[in-house]
Amino acid sequence: MLWDALTRPDLWASTLAMATPIALPALGGTFSERSGVVNIAMEGIMLIGAFFGVLFAYYTNSAWLGLVGALLMGAFISALFAYVTVNLGADQVIVGMGVNIFAAGLTAFLLNTIFGYGGTPRETPALPNLTIPGINHLPFVGPILGSQNVVVYLMLMLVIGSHYFLFHTNLGLRIRAVGENPQAADTAGLNVKGLRYLGVIIGGMLSSLGGVYLALGLLNSFEVNMSGGRGYIALAAMIFGKWTPFGSLGAALLFGFAMALSMALQGGGVSSNIIQMLPYALTILALTGLVGRSTAPAADGVPYNPHN
Amino acid sequence: MGKTIEGLLTPLVAIVIAVLIGAGVMLVTGHNPLTAYGALFTGAFGSAVDFSNTLASAVPLILSGLGVAIAFKAGLFNIGAEGQYWIGSMAAVWIGYSVSGLPPLLHISLAILVAMLAAGLWAGIVPGLAKAMVGAHEVITTMMMSYIAIFLSHYMLENGPMMQPGFTPQSPVILPSATLGKLMERTQLSWGLAIAVGACLIVYWLLYKTTLGYRLRAVGLNARAANYAGINVPFHLVLALFISGMLAGLAGAVQMLGVQHRLYDSFSSGYGFTAIVVALLANNNPFGVILASIFFAALSTGGQSMQLVSGVPANLTDVISGIIIFLVASKDIGQIVQKRWRKSQTLAPVKEA
Repeated sequence: MLWDALTRPDLWASTLAMATPIALPALGGTFSERSGVVNIAMEGIMLIGAFFGVLFAYYTNSAWLGLVGALLMGAFISALFAYVTVNLGADQVIVGMGVNIFAAGLTAFLLNTIFGYGGTPRETPALPNLTIPGINHLPFVGPILGSQNVVVYLMLMLVIGSHYFLFHTNLGLRIRAVGENPQAADTAGLNVKGLRYLGVIIGGMLSSLGGVYLALGLLNSFEVNMSGGRGYIALAAMIFGKWTPFGSLGAALLFGFAMALSMALQGGGVSSNIIQMLPYALTILALTGLVGRSTAPAADGVPYNPHN
Repeated sequence: MGKTIEGLLTPLVAIVIAVLIGAGVMLVTGHNPLTAYGALFTGAFGSAVDFSNTLASAVPLILSGLGVAIAFKAGLFNIGAEGQYWIGSMAAVWIGYSVSGLPPLLHISLAILVAMLAAGLWAGIVPGLAKAMVGAHEVITTMMMSYIAIFLSHYMLENGPMMQPGFTPQSPVILPSATLGKLMERTQLSWGLAIAVGACLIVYWLLYKTTLGYRLRAVGLNARAANYAGINVPFHLVLALFISGMLAGLAGAVQMLGVQHRLYDSFSSGYGFTAIVVALLANNNPFGVILASIFFAALSTGGQSMQLVSGVPANLTDVISGIIIFLVASKDIGQIVQKRWRKSQTLAPVKEA
């Protein structure tokens, strides 16, 4: 039963599909926390992205404009989050929690107010699936990588791009510097607050894209709380991936695999609920150093006030 | 006295601003805020039955809110009260239906005790020891343990030992001897309210009238100084999470024995997350927790009648809660605005010159 499931390409294709809405917010969290702002608001920002993606896509009749609108809303709510945490020095975890509750309420409220209680319209345009000509006829790999939603490919490119940006460009180095030692970065003439805004806003747009994938890529509708805790799993993936883009992707793939496997094995003896606990258990093990110690950026979560 | 007023000011201002923003949203979406808030208030407090139901939904919030508050006092952010609530619920229901032949008082006490112990260990052992020994951040570990607890309850009810034969995933009903009596007939209000108020008194006494409470607060204010003063910081961190988990577990037990009488399969009770907002709004004061819990309970029971009467979706109350968190968390917002304004006043003449 298990071997059967493992050798079928659909398991691996759905692993990739399930990893995408975890990898994107995990990447988003990585940007935010690398700049020194703890972000547990990915769950809420995903909902914002999902709802406004559908809203803009429906009214402009273009899924791509929906995506752009969702990214802008993600940037907007993140800028608000950054203002309260970076400028006013409010507790980042508490405000993040506030964003999650606010976003869940707002999107449900707007859904019922704008679209009524029957849900979003079926004729909302969706983001297309791409078929990669060279790859899609290959045996085994073809069905996995050859035909996925466009956001899946976008995610893979963003992971590579983010790695390059964070670790091989000046701006990336600066973002990491304010997350490790803001005093030193400030002394060296870096704009600590500005760079933290940048980290939080890029992070918010990536999380928002994760929501867009759920709403316009997978389901073609918005449903109340459709992020379903993925923003929190993303937090786990970011930590398990040691605050790096490739690590986040790797952890997201592992967690996506756990989900895909638990669905493939449904009714097959092994309880899917037990398999679904794995990502969370692994994260605790990683944090306690039992599975490769994870350490956060040094100034992660500490508001920077140049006067003390 | 002055301190009390100051402590009340921030949450009150936050509530007023959030309610006004809510009214603005209603106006924009074409509803009458007065009708809507009127319906909300009547739905929550309009009759003895409504008020009792509001108090009944405040009970689990008070208990889990106390849990979050006591952890905050020791400098710990227990974000996993939701999971500890589930562990407490599972344990209480299990004792409630599987142990028979006990007199009611003993049966109820046993169920509550086991629930508190299980939830306390759930929070104290993994997140507590991980924090005390290797410094693993409790926000992450309690959150992860929360999800593990929820999946554990799915397992127990869907194909585990607590599954009730039949099509609906749910546990068997607890025995009459484990049921908490009602304080008011035809409502959900049980003796759980007395337990919740009693817990508030005990937590207050513990925090402010005992050496243990003093030590917990000292660790929360400055762990390094507490260490120099000879307080065993790791021990108190574990203990704080243990007590915090016990209170969230008690919330689950009281809800099971007093209201639900069996465990249903669901993704979230919502209490554990609202508990964080409750503790925040109450500024971790045990008596403030009671007021804040009644406020959020009223929002949720009143929200339903608001939706029925005025057509404003009940989810608006979550928007209001979210805004309250924003405002309370950035409590310096008032001071900053004031300072800016003063600065611009004093700078203006200089600019002119």
